[in-house]
Amino acid sequence: MIISVASGKGGTGKTTVATNMALSMEGGCTLLDCDVEEPNVHLFLHPVIERRETVTTFIPAVDDSRCTWCRKCADICRFRAIAVVGQKVLVFPELCHSCGGCQVICPEQAIGEGLRELGVVEWGEGAGVPVVQGRIRVGEAMAPPLIRKVRAAAKSDGTVIIDAPPGTSCPVIAAMRGVDFVLLVTEPTPFGLHDLELAVGAVRLLDIPCGLVINRADMGDDRVRQYARREQLPVLLEIPFDRRIAETYSRGRMIVEELPEWKEKFRDLFRRIEERVEAAPKGRTEQ
Amino acid sequence: MKELVIVSGKGGTGKTSLTAAFSSLAGRHILCDADVDAADLHLLLAPEVSERHEFMGGGKAVIDPERCSRCGQCRDLCRFAAIEGEFSVDPIACEGCGVCVDLCPAGAIDFPIQKCGEWFVSDTRNGSMVHARLGIAEENSGKLVSCIRREARRLAEEQDLEIIITDGPPGIGCPVIAAIGGATALVLVVEPTVSGLHDMSRLVDLARHFRVPCLLCINKFDLNLEMTRRLEDEARERKMQLVGRVPFDPLFTEAMIAARTVIEYQQDSRIAVAVREIWHAIVASPAMNSYGIRTM
Repeated sequence: MIISVASGKGGTGKTTVATNMALSMEGGCTLLDCDVEEPNVHLFLHPVIERRETVTTFIPAVDDSRCTWCRKCADICRFRAIAVVGQKVLVFPELCHSCGGCQVICPEQAIGEGLRELGVVEWGEGAGVPVVQGRIRVGEAMAPPLIRKVRAAAKSDGTVIIDAPPGTSCPVIAAMRGVDFVLLVTEPTPFGLHDLELAVGAVRLLDIPCGLVINRADMGDDRVRQYARREQLPVLLEIPFDRRIAETYSRGRMIVEELPEWKEKFRDLFRRIEERVEAAPKGRTEQ
Repeated sequence: MKELVIVSGKGGTGKTSLTAAFSSLAGRHILCDADVDAADLHLLLAPEVSERHEFMGGGKAVIDPERCSRCGQCRDLCRFAAIEGEFSVDPIACEGCGVCVDLCPAGAIDFPIQKCGEWFVSDTRNGSMVHARLGIAEENSGKLVSCIRREARRLAEEQDLEIIITDGPPGIGCPVIAAIGGATALVLVVEPTVSGLHDMSRLVDLARHFRVPCLLCINKFDLNLEMTRRLEDEARERKMQLVGRVPFDPLFTEAMIAARTVIEYQQDSRIAVAVREIWHAIVASPAMNSYGIRTM
C-alpha cells in the first residue's frame, strides 16, 4: 500500500505526519521524501546513507562536424531549447524537457546523448525506517522526473509512505499519481482551507481516496471542518497546537519519542487509512 | 523601479501574511502574487478583478482514432509514457513536446493549445494587484509567474510607481526560479526550526546563483531562541542583512480570519510594531538602494 502525505499549503505538517506515522508503524514501512526541492525527512530521521545515485536527463549534444544546419531540430523543439544561428547550433540545457525529438528528427545523426544533472537519489535507514530521498540540484527547475526516480526506487510490496511537496502542480501530481491513499494535512485557517480545496481538486482529478489531518486544530475557525463534512472527507486525526510539539519539531525531534502518548494516535491514523483503502473500489489509474 | 520578492524555501512560514502587512505600509505600489500554485494573498486583500486573461500553455497530444493506423510509432517515441492502450493520450502524463504529433506517419495526432490557468489585474484597497490561478495539475507554473511579473512591471511603469511587492512561491524549483530572477532583493521569511534553516540555506544558494541579494526576517523567533541564534549566525556568515524578528502570536491567524492584514487588524499590537520596524529596515537596506546593474 502506498500513502502519499500531501497538502496544498506549505508548512502544515506533512513531514511531521509522514515521519511520525512511519516511526510508529508496527509492520514497518519505507519512507520516500519526494519534496525534492526542500527535503526535510533526513532532518528528523537522520538516515545513514548507504547508496547515492546522481540522476541525469537527456539533453542534446551536437556533433558540429556532422551538422548541416538544416534547422529540423530547432523546428521540432517546442521548448526553444535548441536554436540554429548561422552555422552554429545553440543548446539551452535548462529549457530542455528531454523529449528526444531533436535526436530522432536529425537526418545526419548529429545529435548525441548529452546529460544534465537533475539531482541525487539517496538510500538509507534512519531510526529503523528505510528512507529513499531525492534532492534536486540547486538551479534545476524540473522536479517531476527526479520525483519519479525516487518513487521507482521503492519497489517494495510493503507499506510505502510518501512525503509530497506542497502545491497542486506537476511535482505534486508526480508524488500522488497511482498511490492508494492521499492523506492531506491542513490547518483550520482561511489559507489552509483555500489551499485544501485546491489539493482536494487534484486528488479527485486523479481519483484517489483521501482523508484529512487537521494540524494546529484549535488555532483558527470551523470552516475546514464544515468543508470536510460537506465534501464527505473523513478527518482521520486532529493535532492541537501545543508549544511542546512546536518546540520538538523546531529541534528536529520526533513527537512520538518526546511525547510517547502520540505513538498510539499515529498507529490509529494508519489503521484508519488501511480500513479505507481496503473498503475503496479497485481499478484506479495505475502509475 | 524596485521589486521586492518575499520567499521562504519552506512553505507556511508567514510569507503571505507579511507580504500583505508590508503592503499596508508601503504607500503607493503594485502587488504581485507569484505563488500561482496556491495563491492566498487575495484572501487578505479582497481584490476586485478589473481584467481577466486566459493563460495559454503549450499543446497536448490528442489521437484521432479515425485517422490512427495503430502502428505504435507514437508509443515508441514518447519518453513520458503518455500513450495508453490502443492509442489514446494520458493528458496528465503528456509533456507537450509534440514529437508524436510531428512524426505520426498517419498525421493522426492533433495538438490543441491548452488553457493552463488565468491571470488577473485587480484593484485592492492598497492599489493594483496582479495575480493568477494555475489550473490544477497543470505545468508551466514558471511561465505564468514570468507573465504576471512582466505585467506588474508594466503596470508600475504606467502608474509611475517605484515599488513592486511580490509574494513568492515556496521551494527552489521552477516557479521560484521564475520569481526571483532580476528582482532587486529577496526577503526570506524563515522560522527557527531545523527545516527552516535547511530550506533557507538551499534558497540562498539559488539566490546566489541569480545574484539577487537576500534580507532575512525571522518569524516566530521566540519558538526556539537557540535556532534563532543559529539563523542569525548563518545570516552573518552568508552576508545577509537581518531586517528583523517577529514573535509567535495567534494575532496572525485572527487577522487572517478577519481578512485583514496584521497592520490593519491592530495598529498598535506588538506584531504591528515589529513588522513596521522590519519594513523600515527593508526600505533603508543597501540591497534596496544600490544603483548597480540589479536595478530594473
